Amino acid sequence: MKTTVDLLPIGAKATILNVDLDKIPLKLLEMGCLPDNDLEIIQIAPLGDPIYLNVNNGSHLAIRKETAREIEVEIHEK
Amino acid sequence: MSIQNITVALIGNPNTGKTSVFNQLTGLNQQVGNYPGITVEKKLGFSKLPNNIKANILDLPGTYSLNASSIDENVVIELLLNKNDKLYPDVAVVVTDVENLKRNLLLFTQIKDLEIPTILVINMTDRMKPKGITLDIPYLEEQLKTKIVLVSTRKGIGIEELKKQIVEYKSLSTEPCLNASVIDVEYFDKLRKAFPNQLLYKLWLVITQDVNFLNLDRNEIRSSFTKSHSDLKRLQQKETIKRYQFINETLKIGQKIDTANATDLRSKLDKVLTHKIFGYAIFFGILLLIFQSIFDWSSVPMEFIDQTFADLAAYAKNQLPPGEFTNLISEGIIPGIGGIVIFIPQIAFLFLFISVLEESGYMSRVVFLMDKIMRRYGLSGKSVVPLISGTACAIPAIMSARNIENWKERLITMLVTPFITCSARLPVYAIIIALIIPEKRLLGLFSLQGATLMILYLLGFGMAIFSAFILNKSLKLKTKSYFVVEMPNYKLPLFKNVAINVIEKTKAFVFGAGKIILALSVILWFLGSHGPKKDFVKAESIVLEKAKIEKQTDANYIADEISSYKLEHSYIGIIGKSIEPIIRPLGYDWKIGIAVVSSFAAREVFVGTLATIYSVGSHNSEETTIKNRMEAEVYPDGKKVFNFATGVSLLLFYAFAMQCISTLAIVKKETNSWKWPLIQLVFMSGFAYITALIAFQVLK
Repeated sequence: MKTTVDLLPIGAKATILNVDLDKIPLKLLEMGCLPDNDLEIIQIAPLGDPIYLNVNNGSHLAIRKETAREIEVEIHEK
Repeated sequence: MSIQNITVALIGNPNTGKTSVFNQLTGLNQQVGNYPGITVEKKLGFSKLPNNIKANILDLPGTYSLNASSIDENVVIELLLNKNDKLYPDVAVVVTDVENLKRNLLLFTQIKDLEIPTILVINMTDRMKPKGITLDIPYLEEQLKTKIVLVSTRKGIGIEELKKQIVEYKSLSTEPCLNASVIDVEYFDKLRKAFPNQLLYKLWLVITQDVNFLNLDRNEIRSSFTKSHSDLKRLQQKETIKRYQFINETLKIGQKIDTANATDLRSKLDKVLTHKIFGYAIFFGILLLIFQSIFDWSSVPMEFIDQTFADLAAYAKNQLPPGEFTNLISEGIIPGIGGIVIFIPQIAFLFLFISVLEESGYMSRVVFLMDKIMRRYGLSGKSVVPLISGTACAIPAIMSARNIENWKERLITMLVTPFITCSARLPVYAIIIALIIPEKRLLGLFSLQGATLMILYLLGFGMAIFSAFILNKSLKLKTKSYFVVEMPNYKLPLFKNVAINVIEKTKAFVFGAGKIILALSVILWFLGSHGPKKDFVKAESIVLEKAKIEKQTDANYIADEISSYKLEHSYIGIIGKSIEPIIRPLGYDWKIGIAVVSSFAAREVFVGTLATIYSVGSHNSEETTIKNRMEAEVYPDGKKVFNFATGVSLLLFYAFAMQCISTLAIVKKETNSWKWPLIQLVFMSGFAYITALIAFQVLK
């Protein structure tokens, strides 16, 4: 199922389909947020934002919801 | 064989243990300075290698890639692009974390494209077993065209091997490990033909980055090869994808991870430390612990230092022949140095906590927890680091705001950080609190004095948040930005790293502030013990005359009168009297006024200034602490100078006033304009004056 990262629950795993280049900083790509890479939602901060991810199997980072909205993913079926 | 000098650059992502490798290679043999013109910290160390080779080791700022997004990262690129730089490395050592190889190798492939001899250090190899990681080193060395050294700084493994490898740097391959120019063959072919003598990757960096490149006119390359901003960005993205493809393929064969063997401490700790209740409770507990250490634990060594310097001054006065020079030493220099040394326990505690929080990986969790809350006030989760560091000193704190990507959030953070009670304010608070708040315990538990100090900290913090809120509403800045924070794995902080950090930071603080305090106390002493001829020289005869008329015969009283008459008519007395009308409504006499004014050089000067003024003004040489002298100060009508109202007024003034020239200078540097530091100066000091005025008028 296609969705965006801000809508994923804790523990969800997904594959990145597309990132909106004009809205996503290069730094995020360099940390592994690239099409075809996998990601997992590790934790969502108590107030719903930011989101803590494991991208490309080992790159752990936190991003804000507004950025997460620009990353399109395909959820892995359980 | 003669000694040969080589230069080694340590390069790597943040959180790879690069600085641990640096510390292991150099020990305490390091110099910390700044790059010329900018405030990026430059760490250079020295190491003796086999074969009589001496290495200058440069610890470059951590960077995720060669696409710079901050001045710290710019330093790395500018050095690596400039072969004429004195510190251009003979060999680059790229440090990576074994648990994060995939991401760390991105930078490595870029460095390889610069054709510098490169060694790959895979650090934290002690984590391989618990994480079930195995590496095929010969395969990786072949694919990455490099030598790999496995290091564990925690276990002290691999450093000797690394030294040997550095010595052999001439045998290293300088060939790139992938060909990134395939992302746009036509474009790069044209570029290559136009500049046949230049490295293609260098040209590409010059086109995409805002860096200086000596040999070539950047405009020349740009004008003929420029593309639209979004085209360039697309190409950079393609480049990144290309590099990751190569890395993912290489690691698929060269690295095996057996997740069945992996123990996962990280996710367990994360569940607790970022929990919606425990997470905040733990953070609050840690803050309390930090304050406890500053308020309570450090008071013992501080009292000892205070007394020692008082004894020392008295000893010097008794032992040296009386005269100008002795006075300078016992009244100017020794109390001045004492005023600096007394800080060491508190500064050391603060830097100890801050470096443990950073090293352990906990700070990132705090950033994560606090981001949403801080954003309400126009700050970022990353503002937590400057705000906490601000309790040590605003200068490094303001510099640490650099990794806040959003300019408005960064600017607000820099503007409000000076409200946080820095360690320089502590001695001022400590001495005034000791004078006006009784040494009692509330409910037999909380010390009243400790609670007052806590209130002052909260006041500073509250003011920082409040002004951030106001600034957020009133600043009309359009910023397009984002927020990315790396969540590193938890690590037990290495003792050596923490110790070196605490020692270096404390040293820098003591010597930096020390120079100012020392110079000021000598100047103040001179101004206090000299005066315009007429009244100053005749002080003795004038006072004796007056005593005769009043039929005063007490020798002590007369001696006291003489010294205070002299002080009043010294240069400093004249200056002090002239500013008295401005500070009188706040409840200060002219001596406090001098101390407040000299505090603009650095707040901690307050105590030293009063010490110098009072020791010049007292005739007897019996040893006594600054506090005793302040307590004994009275107005001509016998009322205490440091009464409750004056004390509260002073506390409030120091809590809010922008009083540190170095902080203003750093804000000017970081914002690149005088506008912001001037706004800070006027707004903060004006606010301080008004609150102090109200407090004194209400309480007196």
